[in-house]
Amino acid sequence: MSTTVDDPRVIEFDVRTDEMLINMGPQHPSTHGVLRLVLRTDGEIVSEVTPHIGYLHRSAEKIGENLTPRQWIPYTDRMDYLAGMNMNLGWALTVEKLLKYEPPERGRHLRVIIAELGRIASHLVAMGTYGLDLGTFSPFLYAFREREKILDLFEEVCGARLTYSYLTVGGATADLPTGWLDTCEKFLDQLLPIIQEYHVLLTTNAVFVKRTAGIGIMSPEMAIDYGTSGPVLRGSGVDHDLRRDGEEIYTAMYEGYAFEVIAEKNGHYPNDHDYPSIPQEAVLGDCWHRFYVRMLEVMQSIDLVRQGIDRYRTTSGSYGEPMKLTQKLPKGEVYLETEAPRGQMGFYLVSDGSAIPWRARARSSCFSNLWITSALCTGCLIADVPAVVGSLDIVMGEIDR
Amino acid sequence: MSGQTFVDQLKQNFGDKITGANLENIDPWIEVSPEGILEVCTHLRDEPSLAFDYLNGVTAVDYLHTDEKKAAKADWEPHIEIVYHLFSMQHKHSLVLKVLLPRWRDDQEKTLPEIDSVAGIWTTADWHEREVYDLFGIHFTGHPNLKRVLCPEDWVGHPLRKDYEMPLEYHGIRGR
Repeated sequence: MSTTVDDPRVIEFDVRTDEMLINMGPQHPSTHGVLRLVLRTDGEIVSEVTPHIGYLHRSAEKIGENLTPRQWIPYTDRMDYLAGMNMNLGWALTVEKLLKYEPPERGRHLRVIIAELGRIASHLVAMGTYGLDLGTFSPFLYAFREREKILDLFEEVCGARLTYSYLTVGGATADLPTGWLDTCEKFLDQLLPIIQEYHVLLTTNAVFVKRTAGIGIMSPEMAIDYGTSGPVLRGSGVDHDLRRDGEEIYTAMYEGYAFEVIAEKNGHYPNDHDYPSIPQEAVLGDCWHRFYVRMLEVMQSIDLVRQGIDRYRTTSGSYGEPMKLTQKLPKGEVYLETEAPRGQMGFYLVSDGSAIPWRARARSSCFSNLWITSALCTGCLIADVPAVVGSLDIVMGEIDR
Repeated sequence: MSGQTFVDQLKQNFGDKITGANLENIDPWIEVSPEGILEVCTHLRDEPSLAFDYLNGVTAVDYLHTDEKKAAKADWEPHIEIVYHLFSMQHKHSLVLKVLLPRWRDDQEKTLPEIDSVAGIWTTADWHEREVYDLFGIHFTGHPNLKRVLCPEDWVGHPLRKDYEMPLEYHGIRGR
């Protein structure tokens, strides 16, 4: 962490007091669920952070060894409960990879629409709760107001608001209802100007910039070595997005879609001309950049949903057919990672030829992303710990599985 | 680079530390002996034409039939596989490594099998190996902090092993 002489916080560094262990969580509101951090502090300075996880461990992987792949879909919902659709998709694609099944084109566009809407909803929560972490309440309410509309759309599609189990092996459980696309388009038109409001509320807000810029800096090498992914990795300027660089079965979904990977290049993000420029205090790989990547991804997802709607309208045919509940799986093993809102969500499936997987494993993106907290928070102020942890946007359900 | 030439190349470099490969599977994998894992991983990371700088995860699979009839029909001996999923940010290619371990060291019940930790090569392996230790009971030698990560520290047994039995009681909480 960089400190200059005219930084008022520097005074604190000279004060020596007794070491103290502070227990943060597991019920601390700014830890995003049941995360427990043990901080070793010297005055206001944190010298060591030890995350303790596992409070939400529900043995999802063991359960997966006793259920057929389609029966396990509801459990994937409950891992990352803020992006259930994307989790369903990840597992569905993994099983499809094993079955060597290709969903029909219309089904692929349907999946893009749903997955990108899920990403918007998830990033909105990330943005709102990040504001909460830093002590501002209103962005949270605004973010939830918009997310609510996406949940309404999802409810219309599958009847559920949080745990959807909608995208499934073979396609989806139902087609989009009539008139849904129009409602969705109306919502997107409405959302665009609102995002600009958020930029005023948070992105360019002087207090927000002070709290996030230059805090928790992660170099690209460090980000890769620690196995981070998603906006956390791209916030460090690593040009990597599985929607473009992933395996063929996943990138085929986005074939023909125009989008650029949101990663900083020469001081600029792709297509950022309409949005606030990077503040001077911000350093690549800090909390502010991670936040900004998410905001730009919301814009990008809006565009992707629009493209998806156009394509969905012009293709005819089926949206896919759900696989039979007890269909036997071919012998073999597959691993597939998809770009979930929080990072690369990987599923590993080992099959011995029966209908029930021999092993079902979920490689959690947040699990790897959270591990870096101890490195990032060493030497920062206590008040910066929530700022760093919040910028990683973790969901404990996914970490503990 | 085709699968076979790649395996041949590795075999040339590491000899019998490469114990096998399966190139027919959808995701082909290479089997490495437990003694060779550190050497092979360091090579995979540092060789510029491979540059596997990103470790997706470390996990394990327990091969054991608890049902005797099924065990008699199985075409494998009981063992545990450690699986490494690697990726290269530079070349955008991926690789699966496997290490086959006995279920217990020296066939003695409750003595954990051992393998070298790769946490020194990819820092992300730290937590992933802790998870494997926690859920599968594999001892990673040289690991900086090998403690349970998902289960409580005083938990008994390794839940993802196929012969694991749920405890009937934990600190006064009734199981089952």
